[in-house]
Amino acid sequence: MAQRAIREFEGKRIFQHNWSRYFGQFKYDFQAASVASGDELRALVGGDGYEWLQGALVVKPDMVFGKRGLNGLVYYQQQQPGDVDLEAAACWIDARRAGTSTLLSGQQGVLSRFIVEPFVAHAGDAEYYIAAVLGDLADVLTLSAQGGINIEENWDRVSSVEIPVDADGETLLELINAAVPAGLAEPQRFALFASDFYRFFRDLHFAYLEVNPFSLAGERVHLLDLVAKVDDTASHLMEDRWGPLYFPTPFGMKAPGPEEKAIKEMDDRSGASLKLTVLNPQGIIWTLVAGGGASVVYADTIADLIGAGELANYGEYSGNPTTEETCQYTRTLLDLMTRSPDPQGREKILIIGGAIANFTDVAKTFTGIIQALREYHKQLQSVGVRIYVRRGGPNYEVGLRNLKQTADALGLPIEVYGPETHMTDIVRMALSA
Amino acid sequence: MHNMETNDMIHRETLLPADTVLFNRDTQAIFWNNHQTAIQRMLDYDTLIGRERPSVAAIVSPTSGSRCGKFFFGTSEILLPIYRTKHDAAAAYPRASVLLNFASFRRASRVTRESLELPGIHTIMITAEGMPERHARALKLQARALGKILIGPATVGAIVPGAFKTANIGGTVENILASKLHRPGACGLVTRSGGLFNELAHTIALNADGIAEGIAIGGDRFAGSGFVDHLLRMQRNPQIKYLLLLGEVGGTEEYRVIEAVQDGRITKPVIGWCIGTIARHFSTGVQFGHAGASAGSDLETADSKNAAMRAAGMHVPKSFNDFPEIISAVYQELHAEGVIGDISEPLVTPLPEDIQTALAAGRVRKGTHFTCTISDDRGEEATYAGLPISQVATPDTGFGIGDVITLLWFKRRYPQWASEFLESVIKTVADHGPAVSGAHNARVTARAGKDVISALVTGLLTIGPRFGGAIDGAAQWFRHGQSEEMSAARFVDYMAEKGRFIPGIGHRIKSLRNPDLRVTGITQYARAHFPETRLLDYALEVEQLTTRKKDNLILNVDGAVGVLMVDMWRGLGYEESDIDQFIESGTLNAFFVLGRSIGFIGHILDEKRLNMPLYRHPFDDILYAVPQQGGEC
Repeated sequence: MAQRAIREFEGKRIFQHNWSRYFGQFKYDFQAASVASGDELRALVGGDGYEWLQGALVVKPDMVFGKRGLNGLVYYQQQQPGDVDLEAAACWIDARRAGTSTLLSGQQGVLSRFIVEPFVAHAGDAEYYIAAVLGDLADVLTLSAQGGINIEENWDRVSSVEIPVDADGETLLELINAAVPAGLAEPQRFALFASDFYRFFRDLHFAYLEVNPFSLAGERVHLLDLVAKVDDTASHLMEDRWGPLYFPTPFGMKAPGPEEKAIKEMDDRSGASLKLTVLNPQGIIWTLVAGGGASVVYADTIADLIGAGELANYGEYSGNPTTEETCQYTRTLLDLMTRSPDPQGREKILIIGGAIANFTDVAKTFTGIIQALREYHKQLQSVGVRIYVRRGGPNYEVGLRNLKQTADALGLPIEVYGPETHMTDIVRMALSA
Repeated sequence: MHNMETNDMIHRETLLPADTVLFNRDTQAIFWNNHQTAIQRMLDYDTLIGRERPSVAAIVSPTSGSRCGKFFFGTSEILLPIYRTKHDAAAAYPRASVLLNFASFRRASRVTRESLELPGIHTIMITAEGMPERHARALKLQARALGKILIGPATVGAIVPGAFKTANIGGTVENILASKLHRPGACGLVTRSGGLFNELAHTIALNADGIAEGIAIGGDRFAGSGFVDHLLRMQRNPQIKYLLLLGEVGGTEEYRVIEAVQDGRITKPVIGWCIGTIARHFSTGVQFGHAGASAGSDLETADSKNAAMRAAGMHVPKSFNDFPEIISAVYQELHAEGVIGDISEPLVTPLPEDIQTALAAGRVRKGTHFTCTISDDRGEEATYAGLPISQVATPDTGFGIGDVITLLWFKRRYPQWASEFLESVIKTVADHGPAVSGAHNARVTARAGKDVISALVTGLLTIGPRFGGAIDGAAQWFRHGQSEEMSAARFVDYMAEKGRFIPGIGHRIKSLRNPDLRVTGITQYARAHFPETRLLDYALEVEQLTTRKKDNLILNVDGAVGVLMVDMWRGLGYEESDIDQFIESGTLNAFFVLGRSIGFIGHILDEKRLNMPLYRHPFDDILYAVPQQGGEC
């Protein structure tokens, strides 16, 4: 996956880590803590650099979703703004993480990570808005002098400027100066900040970077709220710039279980691609499909024919994985599949599918699958499984034959098909049997 | 008439203007990175379709030392040149207009950027997955500005059946034939996914008459060229009668195609489908499929795009599973209207089978030109006489260097008493100072500035009948005497009659009263550990006699080693004929060579450490008995 959201804490940390390189004429005081519980927050008191915890605080969940203000999830006042102390913050955190929270967007989940910062009274300062996004042909920089929680209501005050791909420093400033919103006390400082911001956004491979609001008081910059996505394919270039960066699971989505994590680790280590997401462990149809494209088509077809609720998993393997990798992947899948029988007593269905491969050696990858089937055949028999196979590509005949012979010998019901059968037809066959 | 039409169809591509067809039968590529399988697949395709010239003109391999690679073209092999830089390759082959970029994701952007600047290169395909989006976008814009075609990243590429295909697309020859990818049909196919490209090409061959051109644009968000770019070109190609677009959830590329249909830039029938309808059931961030594939808004969902395509009059099946019917329907209609004619399938020359495949399948058997019975390097780990190296290498295995020698020289592990004896021999013969001819030679060569190996070899080259050869000689002659049942006295006379010194007898200074402790050492060891020492006993009888003539005619170390080696072999149960074979093949010399190499190398390294200048023998140490001018000496 390329564009991935990062936490506000991380975004601000990256700003601070690269600040002097980009924002020479400005100052930024990065004071923030990223915690999972009230106790974790309390444990930071007395530590170096955490003196500010004694003062007024502002707390928000930091779970890569926005509109926290509108969702009532920005805590900076009990009776008055700025009266939230450490204890109050800790209690608020613990209250929020008990039970699930539902957002206005409908997303639902457990709040498990929070960002705590010093409360900065900036009533007098204007709240500004700035955002940059990686567009199709150019980047788009959006500016407003009326930022803050109600930005969308003031969207007509927003000005956008397209920055062409190879814009040099001069062109950049020109374009920005022309787009600086009206009504600013110091338009030139604003433009300078915007230009620095854009270069930071561009050089550090952000795909999306929004600070709403921020304030500029003299040379002091306050970044009050931040939403960011980075291009994770640039990780290998950005190791020093980003520091160790974690991509959190989107809010509302189940956090990866141990099996999914294990597959992800294998994927990271390997030149091949190995992906697994468990959707419904009680689902009746499990898929073991080669290829990113084919795996989506099988999922589409299953959802069409029997409903997405019965789709147990989504995943794929591709890029010529080794026999050991395919075996481990299949083992993981079969393990999940055979943990418990179907509550309605139906036989489970295993779809071993794929398109006609261009260069993956089908016989070789099937060796791993065959090995795993041998290891799990007893469990497969005890929950009751029917296997449907469809695959084409180099050595597919040998692969299909080996798979069929193995399954037959192990007493596992199986039907195998080659390229002459339409790719997704085995789903129809499996469901009509 | 059908035949002429067919030939017309196949050859017509070369007459079409360059901007209506992606490749033709003369198209040649530079292949960046020496991926031999992929290159061979391209050349196999060339053979299949009867191309005159290989589709790969040159290979670029920055780390390769080789200048050429061997590949099959037709029934024989050809050499394809390998260059270190693409500039060199492009300069040598200015008519190669395609560059196939198989660089890894770390280097792919740079390779593409630089290749776009090469004047002769017009089309670049990028295989790598994981190129940073900014880079991909910049390359797309650069290509556009230069009017060049970029396919990918993260793709298997493109194919123009009957003309050219990139690398692995289409897979095996069997699949290419089954999917009719060896000759042009009437459909133009564009997909994101490479796997599904192959799948649909097959479906189109089964339900219609195949494709005339096909491109997989790759799964990344910023693909170098989009659906509409290729479909517009296909619209201009008279050979293509209908189009098939396989889109995906994510992005808005498909809408640009819809616009082109709506405003009449595309008039040919278009079959379209977006995969990823599954995403409608999962509202939060499950990543289905490719890097580019997630809907940022409602517009980008598969459902919206399928509905929009249907509304625009494109042929949209109810699901992926219904493709065969809809492809067949569109094809049949165009065929009935006479828009698509009948294809007379060309005769295909079967591709000769690779000998490797045939061997693996047991269809042929091939003799070998070489034999080895001591070690095997074919498996996971090399073996010495069947034992993996890791089982003998480290101390905890209990194997010593003597054991390894016996495994590799005699194909079995000798018992400890024997292998330890051999180690003693090695240690004993390891060196004898710098004055002996071999060591001296080695030092002289080292001082000439030569490398270790050259210096070692010059030392070894002096080993023979006069230096180190006494071990061999002693073994031969004492054995001879013993086997002829000569008494010690008779043997001594026998040798005197022959005018030979007895090899293994005699030392510069050592005597019975002042024994050579090296000899004492190994003979005592042998007495204590060998099953028998008959030849040693015989030699010592001889020594008793010879030392009566002169003190120093003792059994020397070469003699002792020679006779004890024979005793060792006898003790191990070898037949006399085996021992004959050992001696004749030079096994005893081999022990001397192996041991003395240790010393020679020591001398060489010593010279290198001392860094003395080139050796020149002093004049005053040479008798110059040379002719005077005009006269004899």
